[in-house]
Amino acid sequence: MKKSLYLGLLLITIWSCQNDDGPTYAATPLALDVPTFFATSILAPVIPSDNPQTVEGVALGKQLFYDPVLSGNGTQACADCHLPSNSFTDSRQYSVGSQGDIGTRNSMPLFNLAWNFGQRFFWDGAAQSLENQIFEPVTNPTEMNNSWPNVINSLEATVIYPDLFQEAFGTTRIDSVRVSKAIAQFLRTLISGNAKFDRHLTNNTPLSPEEARGLNIFLDETRGDCFHCHGNPNTPLWTDNRFHNNGLDAFFTDNGLGGVTGDPRDDGLFKTPSLRNLAFTAPYMHDGRFSTIDQVIDHYSEGLVYSETISPLMKNVATGGVHLTPEEKLDLKAFLLSLSDQSFIENTAFQNN
Amino acid sequence: MRIISRSRFLIILWATLVLSSCQDHDDQVPQDVTPEFVWTQNWDGTTLANADFDSTPLTNANGETLRLSKLVYLISDITFTDAQGVSYTGGDFNLIDAREGLGLNFSPNLLIPEGDYTVSFRFGFDDEDNAGNYPALNSADGGWNVPMMLGGGYHFMRMEGKYMSTLTIPESEVNFQYHTIRAADTSTAPITLQDTSFLVNLGQVTIAENTSIEVKMNVAEWFKNPNTWNLYELYTTLMPNFDAQVMMSENGVNGVFTLGDVTN
Repeated sequence: MKKSLYLGLLLITIWSCQNDDGPTYAATPLALDVPTFFATSILAPVIPSDNPQTVEGVALGKQLFYDPVLSGNGTQACADCHLPSNSFTDSRQYSVGSQGDIGTRNSMPLFNLAWNFGQRFFWDGAAQSLENQIFEPVTNPTEMNNSWPNVINSLEATVIYPDLFQEAFGTTRIDSVRVSKAIAQFLRTLISGNAKFDRHLTNNTPLSPEEARGLNIFLDETRGDCFHCHGNPNTPLWTDNRFHNNGLDAFFTDNGLGGVTGDPRDDGLFKTPSLRNLAFTAPYMHDGRFSTIDQVIDHYSEGLVYSETISPLMKNVATGGVHLTPEEKLDLKAFLLSLSDQSFIENTAFQNN
Repeated sequence: MRIISRSRFLIILWATLVLSSCQDHDDQVPQDVTPEFVWTQNWDGTTLANADFDSTPLTNANGETLRLSKLVYLISDITFTDAQGVSYTGGDFNLIDAREGLGLNFSPNLLIPEGDYTVSFRFGFDDEDNAGNYPALNSADGGWNVPMMLGGGYHFMRMEGKYMSTLTIPESEVNFQYHTIRAADTSTAPITLQDTSFLVNLGQVTIAENTSIEVKMNVAEWFKNPNTWNLYELYTTLMPNFDAQVMMSENGVNGVFTLGDVTN
């Protein structure tokens, strides 16, 4: 009798300290394939505690990313505007929606999104998380033009999706939160860290003389001074993931961040894009106004335009910029192209296969 | 002496075990305390708030009218030294973003006995700390580190904004970047480096259980003393400007930081 009492008390002791929130189903954990030099130079990727990476979640997210079932008329998948061959953007100035409508901004490339420490996504920062980013295009009339109830009905009517949701989340119940969580898990696996310049840092792959001179221009405050917004060799993202007015226009037809915050001090501010994979991501800027890297460099060299919210980091605005020589422009371009990662766009794990 | 039975003893033992096993082990009565720092910014006594950035016109000692857009700065080596000369330091750092309100409250990673201390900290990193690799700083503000070709290490401060230039026709705003780093002369071989971080002594503070120490930054002092800052001449490309870095450090050490309110 006493032994039973003691055993019971012991069990109560153990039980009393257990976490009552333990999951009843656990998918297979999946660690992100983080390049070593990312891990040693910057903070760990941002993975929400309520959406851990799993093998089954990523597989579901990938399936959804490439499936036109998310669009209202069943003709357009996420991947139609975010193609692997274009570093998950497209080559149009403005993306075309499922109904043929043309948007007002350039499709953003998708990679290294787990290191967006500020957690603001889109050109204007409208989404506060990667999961949140996935909600908007599905229902945007000029993009996928669907409703979430219709998406869920469509997915539930398929043979494969209830099982895939079961495997990923332990339930066949499909909802918008789980759809966005799964796609976010897939997007976090899109890691680009094997450009020539990455190999220069990690394996001493030599840069060409042009690339080496271009790096100096990039880091030189008197010439390019690109690094204050786009980072440097110790920050492999090549973006600050923040918002700046980079002197494109004297007046704004698109207020960017200001349209989201309502703060006029944010008017004309757009997210700094990464300089990785520029070889695949033309055209450039939030409105895709520049079709070549040369035009982008010309803009910073001679084309800056003053407006009240222009970033203080823009140099010599009154004279249009820093006025690089033609040779300096070619060198800078050579360096920028060394940040393009061919293996990323060829990675079959990211493709629809 | 009252003898308790074996079973009753075990029940008491069990109850004690249950209670203690589920307790937060951090809630023991502390022997030592961790003071908190509150970093505030003002312009000659007028508080600078988020609404003042990119908005409120300010006048510097040289008479130029300017607007601040950004003010981010690095503090390290917060140290408490008691009357016997024993020093306590957390060995950590704090990055303060005045506009975004980040890092304004900071508790160094240390526990010290209550009592009277001389309190000091360093603006920026000294050479030893500047040689380290800090992922948190590499990830901050697009990369707080300084490229090797500019001397390496880390930024100490990024103050940016626009000043009204009367030299342009018509009169117009010109961008400035008042960035402080370790001074580096890259024209010499090897590169000449000079530590331009500086120690700030806040004086004596009595530390109790919930002490909060305000440290004020008078931003106007960066433009004032001993070097009256002329933005027309020194508005941009200051990182590779060895002399400018030394001058900024001289201005910084002279009255930019002062002890504010100390509360318990």
